[in-house]
Amino acid sequence: MTHRVVSVKTYAAVFITLLILTGTTVGVAQINLGEYNFVVALTIAVIKGTLVAMFFMDVRRATSLTKLFVCAGLFWLAILLVFVLSDYLTRSWLPLPRWGPGA
Amino acid sequence: MSEAEMVHARERGHEPELKHHFDDPDQQLDSSTLGMWVFLLTEVMFFGGMFAGYTIYRNTYPDAFASTSRFMNLAIGSINTAVLIFSSFTMVLAVRSAQLGRKKALIGFLVITLFLGLVFLGLKGVEYHEKWVDHHIPGPGFRYEEPQYFHQAQILFFLYFAMTGLHALHMVVGVGLLVTLIAMAARNRFSAHWFTPIEMVGLYWHFVDIVWIFLFPLLYLIGRT
Repeated sequence: MTHRVVSVKTYAAVFITLLILTGTTVGVAQINLGEYNFVVALTIAVIKGTLVAMFFMDVRRATSLTKLFVCAGLFWLAILLVFVLSDYLTRSWLPLPRWGPGA
Repeated sequence: MSEAEMVHARERGHEPELKHHFDDPDQQLDSSTLGMWVFLLTEVMFFGGMFAGYTIYRNTYPDAFASTSRFMNLAIGSINTAVLIFSSFTMVLAVRSAQLGRKKALIGFLVITLFLGLVFLGLKGVEYHEKWVDHHIPGPGFRYEEPQYFHQAQILFFLYFAMTGLHALHMVVGVGLLVTLIAMAARNRFSAHWFTPIEMVGLYWHFVDIVWIFLFPLLYLIGRT
């Protein structure tokens, strides 16, 4: 097997970073930042997810084909979320005539 | 691997672990990895649908949502996040032990990972029981402290149970996979040359961890203040 074995130190560093980020996200959630609570929580989640994928799942050393598949999967997820939200978030932008009796 | 397969492989001059439609062990491992990722991406879409549903209802009923967040058990949620991250760490150490051909360490780390997975499920059970006692399970017995949100809160508790339940189901499957790996390792089925199932289960385990990394802030943290 030509795969180089990663040192325990690297894995431990990732592990500790993940724990610190978990503490941070729990801490920040106690402070009222309005809409930014959502932004901070999701940003930290994305960073944690990326760390797990890159180091624990070894995407950083995966073949180009595997990397392409991972990106394609995330792109498809983005299509799902962006298209759904582009509908729901914009519904209130234009006043639509009401239906039914009393319209 | 059967006796016949091993004889077949030796006669053709390659390691018994290498299926002869692959050029070399690296190519064999790369295709397994790619196949596992394709499976995991179908899982991303599977969970993605639920995340989309969650996002829609959170945007439709922001006040009701904020009110339900307060009834989530943040202490258990946080501990479970740490437990799952720790289990990912021990899983990656198990894969590393397999790469180095250290059987004892491999079994040890797999057992720790299994134990942490069971701790997670146990704490999840405590949480579900709490919801049962508080009448926060959607259905005829549902009661809610703020009556104006009675119907909307049910939707959000339904999403909570659907999302964490599906995640817990994945954990149960993961526990089964770990038990299988431990049994295989104890029977000397792995070597430093071939340990593909350990790497693949590792990928699955980390994926389930990532799903929780997103579920935790969405269900427990946002809307607390």
